[in-house]
Amino acid sequence: MSLGRKRIALALLGVVLLAYPYLDRNNAHVDFLANAGAFILLALGLNIVVGFAGLLDLGYAAFFAIGSYSYAMLASQQFGIHIPFWVMLFVASAIAAIFGILLGAPTLRLRGDYLAIVTLGFGEIVPQTFLNLSQYTNGPNGIISLDQPSLFGRSFGFSSATPYYYVLLALIVIGVLVARNLQDSRLGREWAAIREDELAARHMGIDTTVAKLSAFAIGASFSGLAGVAYAAKLSLVSPDQFQFNVSVLVLSMLVLGGMGSIAGAIVGSFVLSFVNSFLLPQSTTLVHAIGLTNVDFTNYRYMIYGFILVLMMLFRPGGLIPSRRRSAELRVALVDPKLAAQEAEEYEGGPR
Amino acid sequence: MSAAPFFALRDVRKTFGGLVAVNGLSFEIAAGSIVAMIGPNGAGKSTVFNLITGIYQPTAGEIVLDGRTIAGVRTDRVTALGIARTFQNIRLFAFMSALENVMTGRNARMHASLFDSLAHTPRQRGEERAVRERARELLRFVELERNAEDDARNLPYGSQRRLEIARALASDPKLLLLDEPAAGMNPREKESLVGLIARIRASGVTVFLIEHDMNLVMNVSERIAVLDHGEKIAEGRPAAIRSDPRVIEAYLGRPETPR
Repeated sequence: MSLGRKRIALALLGVVLLAYPYLDRNNAHVDFLANAGAFILLALGLNIVVGFAGLLDLGYAAFFAIGSYSYAMLASQQFGIHIPFWVMLFVASAIAAIFGILLGAPTLRLRGDYLAIVTLGFGEIVPQTFLNLSQYTNGPNGIISLDQPSLFGRSFGFSSATPYYYVLLALIVIGVLVARNLQDSRLGREWAAIREDELAARHMGIDTTVAKLSAFAIGASFSGLAGVAYAAKLSLVSPDQFQFNVSVLVLSMLVLGGMGSIAGAIVGSFVLSFVNSFLLPQSTTLVHAIGLTNVDFTNYRYMIYGFILVLMMLFRPGGLIPSRRRSAELRVALVDPKLAAQEAEEYEGGPR
Repeated sequence: MSAAPFFALRDVRKTFGGLVAVNGLSFEIAAGSIVAMIGPNGAGKSTVFNLITGIYQPTAGEIVLDGRTIAGVRTDRVTALGIARTFQNIRLFAFMSALENVMTGRNARMHASLFDSLAHTPRQRGEERAVRERARELLRFVELERNAEDDARNLPYGSQRRLEIARALASDPKLLLLDEPAAGMNPREKESLVGLIARIRASGVTVFLIEHDMNLVMNVSERIAVLDHGEKIAEGRPAAIRSDPRVIEAYLGRPETPR
């Protein structure tokens, strides 16, 4: 597709997205899109950590939790603090970024599986902490009736998801621009260099500590934004919204869409959200209608995700919209035993 | 070179557990020269490079660049201070284009902050343009301008070695460390490498190389240090080194003593 055509296609997509709530008056659809938007934002953020910087993070839901709880504690009756939603977007993304640095710092010397295990641990610790700090968070009951955002004096309310749809659309647009800028910049090159060969990267004068912590911080700030929007939309938070399966879900979205690819992160999370919130319930209703009342596809959700991912790995390992470079890396790792062996060797021993 | 040498190793020692890799090595390099370090496999040559670039910290001793001690300084700062290197087993960014590799090599001289990268400020755009331009110049310098868009891993071996040199030069080093630059090159490539090293020196960069190819070493270097079992056993002009009995012994072994 030429650049001109791409522009036209993007402009058309933009018009459709902007007009959507007025074209489709079904609030359930808009509500679905708003929820999917939160996950797109999460996937965009995780893509910076895993896709760009190559740091496998299995506890990303922790930052989603931190963003959501920030809003819940600072914009509700819980402590009588009522910071406006729009301010909280900044505050919560800053808080999440700080936690991104705090949780990233101990993992700096770790790579691959070791990093994954430690981030997995953090992903468990954070919701556990919110659960057990019950004097502040009401424990398993969570925090309810969070402040409703308002714009120009008009509250978002609960009757329609449309205002949230627009908020998330705007956040996604900002997220895409930020991610694209980063990818094509000094910092983006630093990440790519670290991903490929950390030792060589240091010889380029790259401060790997700063570069990795930047990735953790920026990635976390995206999920801080998603957390605020999601919490405000639901008007409640509880620890069980941020279990390990959320981290896995977002990572699956990336793998499905194409690791390291911005468009892939969007498409992957849209597709899985669609399967989750539409396809499975709808097909369940369908089979119920023909008499198979004991079948519930939504219970097979993770089996179906797993099946999709296995198929992807077999037939399109780079993802639906692969990043050119990342899929080449994957291809070589799969088919070039010599390079894979060299990787493994470096992995074991560092410099020789 | 008596008062303040451009670059010096002083009594540098490095042990790994019980193994003495480098033992009391002292060595000076004059600005603008081409100096080689040779020695049998396992003599500790690459360890010396790793000590200079901060991969390892010396157990004892000093490393001085331009009057500043750099032993124990972090690798990325060593690069910023003006030392760049290539690797014995090529360590290019295999999935980046040749141009991106060289642009990444420029990182130590870039100023773009996180915010610049995030927002693509005018300052950032200007810098990116300048870095791209400089990287193209360097690709021309090593005669790889036609491969600018090729992924590094798809280049022939000799070209990869030259690309690594261009990437190292991108940080505007004062001192360039070349770790076996001719390894795996054919005679024609080696010949052009000799020319390249001479041009690098002519551009004002001091060159310190490890090399096994004696022809090349004798051809390009002004001084040679010989390392064996982590110790310097000889140092001098190529002609003197060639005929030094200790050097011959280190390489070929002691002649059998007649009974």
